[in-house]
Amino acid sequence: MNGADSIVFEGVSKFYGNVLGVNRVQLSIPPGITTLVGPNGSGKTTLMNLMTGLVQPSRGSIRVLGIPPSDPERLFAVAGYCTQFDAFPRGLTGYEFIYLYLRLHAMGHARAAELTARALDRVTMTAAAGARIASYSKGMRQRIKLAQAIAHQPSVLVLDEPLNGLDPMARAEAIALFRELAGEGMHVIISSHILHEVDQISDQVVMLSNGYVVAEGQIQAVRGEMHQDHPLQILVRCSQPGLLAANLFAEDHVAEVRMHHDRGGLLVGTRDPERFYEQLGKMVLEGAIHLESVAPADDDVHSVYEYLIGGGDGGAA
Amino acid sequence: MSPQVRSWGSQILAIVRLEMKKNFSFRRALPLYLLAALPLAIFVGHAIGYARGWTNCHGTEDLTVFAGVFQLFVLRLVVFFGCVVIFLNSFRGEVVQKSLHYYFLAPVRREVLVVGKYLSGLLTACCIFGASVAISYAVLCRHLAATPSAALAGPAMQQLGTYTGITLLACAGYGAVFLLLGMLYRNPIVPAIVVLVWESLIVFFPPLLKKISIIFYLESLCPVRVPFEGPGRLFAITANPTPVYLAVPGLVLLALAIVALAAVRIRRIEISYGSE
Repeated sequence: MNGADSIVFEGVSKFYGNVLGVNRVQLSIPPGITTLVGPNGSGKTTLMNLMTGLVQPSRGSIRVLGIPPSDPERLFAVAGYCTQFDAFPRGLTGYEFIYLYLRLHAMGHARAAELTARALDRVTMTAAAGARIASYSKGMRQRIKLAQAIAHQPSVLVLDEPLNGLDPMARAEAIALFRELAGEGMHVIISSHILHEVDQISDQVVMLSNGYVVAEGQIQAVRGEMHQDHPLQILVRCSQPGLLAANLFAEDHVAEVRMHHDRGGLLVGTRDPERFYEQLGKMVLEGAIHLESVAPADDDVHSVYEYLIGGGDGGAA
Repeated sequence: MSPQVRSWGSQILAIVRLEMKKNFSFRRALPLYLLAALPLAIFVGHAIGYARGWTNCHGTEDLTVFAGVFQLFVLRLVVFFGCVVIFLNSFRGEVVQKSLHYYFLAPVRREVLVVGKYLSGLLTACCIFGASVAISYAVLCRHLAATPSAALAGPAMQQLGTYTGITLLACAGYGAVFLLLGMLYRNPIVPAIVVLVWESLIVFFPPLLKKISIIFYLESLCPVRVPFEGPGRLFAITANPTPVYLAVPGLVLLALAIVALAAVRIRRIEISYGSE
């Protein structure tokens, strides 16, 4: 993959006076859904503002599909940004908000009107489009911002906490829309606090803490790199948990074996999951145990977040 | 015309359209309407007073009074504060309302945004204050036609165009200044007051310093020299007036230079509403 296909940060730092925004960020974000995860103040919004040129880096360089964010004319022809800012130009209706934005793209009336209708339809806001944004609920404002970000059919979509304020039905629809857009080959970059939703939708994650990128990549790969410090927890339900435990205690890759609280299975902590699965398979083939289920218990975003960043952020769920 | 220039033209039109909608919204335009109504109220009041026999009218003197009101009141206060309201809000107002990112997220060169915002502010100011001056003068002329004076036999009607033109130049000059101040300062009211004080105190300055002001050139263009008397003399600019062929292009070039500075400055603006 070359720089023209991805969003590249090279040694990017951003300071607001003496306050650190992000520091020495080195990233390459491929197409698909990438989620930025981290506690408040970790640098998620700064990273998004940097890639869209709303703030400029103190050091380093950024390219979005090969375009520097300092060139808005080219950048926003291919990128859309749904910000966290909940303010709109005064007096506009939802329709005008999107239509006039598309006119800023130098589109003619017919094209702008067509794309406006399409964007409103995608976020199910057609019925409310004639009302002033000032009268919208939080969820409607969130959806109209989303419509604005996708209206010009960009290749890169940056979404800062896009699920905030949405009811469960609208969240499900929004997640389905993100998946659909990513399926079309788009880069979808999302920041979120809601970790179980991150798990549902992300192709890869970027974890941030105090302005630093602490992990990036597919969540299972990130988890794989942590096995030495945080052995992978695997829940095994079988007919002879005691026998299995006795066998596993002798293995050097097994860090701990605990009985699950329902006493129907074992929680095994291993630094080498491959060897563990191999050994388990051998026991099953020998008929020593009858296996009911095997599943990793902590290879999700939530666990990785807990291990890397800790539970300091009250907002993480 | 190249496609690029055509595209910039379309974007400027889109910006002007959106800004005009905001500028003429009742809440934002109300102080402008009130300011514009002030000179009109003076001359309508005078015409009504004369018709009812409450005041005398000496015809030609009214044209001089209009010139005085125009120089001391319309240019120095009405247009000045009108431009403060319109142009300081162009960027600073958007930052305060946290809506500037709407433009920054569009594929619009920031220089094009500055031009669009300036033109829309200029159009708004010219519509409101140009109309106020033109209507005030028309009311005066209509009133003079009903008096036994020969004031209208002279170049009175030609002066209508001159006063309106000076008003437009004032909007262009002050507008550019306040557009830039709105970008440079977090609280641009203080520098705006400094400009007001400077423009008011230049009467006390040596002739060379007088020329570093907008009001000096505007008053140079005024068709009637006002023989200020009493306290009014404090506002009389006594330096030799600049010829029209220098004053007009000079003011236009000054406005363009300031807008160009604003276009350079806007490239450094970041969206960080939290620190405002």
